Amino acid sequence: MTQAPVPQSAITRAWESDFMWSFRHSPVAIVSFVVAATLIFAAIFAPLIAPHTPFEPGTLNLMNGFSKPMEANEFTGETFVLGTDDQGRDVISTILYGMRISLFVGFAAVTFAMVLGVTLGLVAGYAGGWTGTIIMRIADVQLTFPGILVAMLIFGIAKGITPIHLRDQMAIWVLILAIGLSEWVQFARVVRGATLVERNKEYVQAARLNGRRPLGIMLRHILPNVLGPVLVIATISLALAIIAEATLSFLGVGAPPTQPSLGTLIRIGQGFLFSGEWWIILFPSITLLALALSVNLLGDWLRDVLNPKLR
Amino acid sequence: MLAFTIRRTFQSVVVLLVVGLVAFSMFRFVGDPVDNMLGQERTGADIERLRTQLGLDQPFPVQYFKFLRGAVQGNFGVSYRQGRAVSGIIAERLPATLELAAVSAILAVVFGFGLGVFTAIRRDGWAANTIMTLSLVGVSLPTFLIGILLIYLFSVELNWLPSFGRGDVVDLGWWRTGLLTESGLKALILPAITLGLYQMTLIMRLVRSEMLEVLRQDYIRFARARGLKERVVHFRHALKNTLIPVITVTGLQLGSIIAFAIITETVFQWPGVGLLFINSIQFVDIPIMAAYLMLISVMFVGINLVVDLLYFAIDPRLHVGSSGVKG
Repeated sequence: MTQAPVPQSAITRAWESDFMWSFRHSPVAIVSFVVAATLIFAAIFAPLIAPHTPFEPGTLNLMNGFSKPMEANEFTGETFVLGTDDQGRDVISTILYGMRISLFVGFAAVTFAMVLGVTLGLVAGYAGGWTGTIIMRIADVQLTFPGILVAMLIFGIAKGITPIHLRDQMAIWVLILAIGLSEWVQFARVVRGATLVERNKEYVQAARLNGRRPLGIMLRHILPNVLGPVLVIATISLALAIIAEATLSFLGVGAPPTQPSLGTLIRIGQGFLFSGEWWIILFPSITLLALALSVNLLGDWLRDVLNPKLR
Repeated sequence: MLAFTIRRTFQSVVVLLVVGLVAFSMFRFVGDPVDNMLGQERTGADIERLRTQLGLDQPFPVQYFKFLRGAVQGNFGVSYRQGRAVSGIIAERLPATLELAAVSAILAVVFGFGLGVFTAIRRDGWAANTIMTLSLVGVSLPTFLIGILLIYLFSVELNWLPSFGRGDVVDLGWWRTGLLTESGLKALILPAITLGLYQMTLIMRLVRSEMLEVLRQDYIRFARARGLKERVVHFRHALKNTLIPVITVTGLQLGSIIAFAIITETVFQWPGVGLLFINSIQFVDIPIMAAYLMLISVMFVGINLVVDLLYFAIDPRLHVGSSGVKG
């Protein structure tokens, strides 16, 4: 308990905070942060890092097809570190570009779910009454069914509504909508619960007496105080969204082969499992696992740090 | 008890009506049913006749009511893609899914309970630690990757078990079973493990944590102090009190097994309703999607209702009054 008034920079203060202290003392958190950050970085800069441009047919050479990892191709003599698929696409490059799509869908879906869930949760908690009841009843009904089933169903309906020639182009957005709508309930429930508690505290009553409008109170006063649990759920939802996206794409009801995500790549690779080309399916699977596991562990750690009560 | 039963049943019916409304709206508004059912060569008169025949000229509530009446009688119209009655297609596929789900559920419950109790009693043993670590991997692996991994190991490398299909089936008239032939049983092993693994790890971790919680309580210490054998303490005193939450969660998991069968069935090309559903999404076959939605909701809502009623029936604390009841 030293209370020496040493002037500290913002960075030092942040480094010394409880949050960073527990981060520095958790090997699991450090490792998963490094893995997740590396993968996200690699995905963002895929066009710069990837050795090939896998989705421009002009740059592909069919003779390079089925090159084994780390071995020179028997026809062209080129070497691919992780091999190539049937069309001669470099596996590293397809993974980097695929991860981009997986992460984009994941982040976009979670953002959508978060905005929707937090808004509805705030309204349900603060306004209460009929509005609140209806919102929470819808949430209850949806919670009866597993998220992946809800996502599949929304995907199917949205696909039915989009005109046929737009279906492949729209698939990514439909996927984001489907996964986002399947995950908003968690946000809404937690935010509603927290709002019900905050609503009756003095600072909210004071703001109300000051004549602030409900919208202002919800956004300026209550929202900042319920953000901790929201951040935890967002991280865990991201891992769930990545896996949901991969599952849907693997089942053929997600990202189309023209814009393959990691799940689509695994779906393509499954076709070559029996003919012995194991690398086409193995490396995308490992990447997916590393991504989902690292984000998941990071979420677990965040949950323990930010809110020990959240179980 | 009666009031609770009535209220809970009423809630379930409301949920089903809402799902029915969703299913009906899909049927009515996603694509034009008339468009989907008539071919290229059609006249205005054809369209009008079919609209009247399908009752599409009637007001919305009347149509919804008719849809519900049809659904209750198992009539979901005709598949856009196969041109056959949806009820027939589903009835043909349902036994495959139910057999797979039942075997997975049994596997999950038996091994989940066994391993859960084992890891709780031998808390710090190496075997228990290994099982717990492995279960963490089981929880984080997506279902379809587990399936692919099993196919690679047992079908491609070892060539012991088939990687797709249901094997030979025996026709019992109204139910085609794969449980009576050798190839059918062999084909069932990998899908059942894939489907049951996630639920098994969940049940196992739950049993373990509940059991550890109970073993810490005073009455267990007194039971030990009375000189009772460890076996009696574990199985007669501790296990009994871990059962209530475990039964609830296990019951609710049964529903997810049927839903997650969609993934397993696709990986193993298992000819059940889940695979049918995925194909219907790919081809936007709305009547099948709507019928599957209704079917699975009835199962889910039914299971939830039974679990809730059972929970109420076996936990005497709930009868005393609504106050002081934990979550």
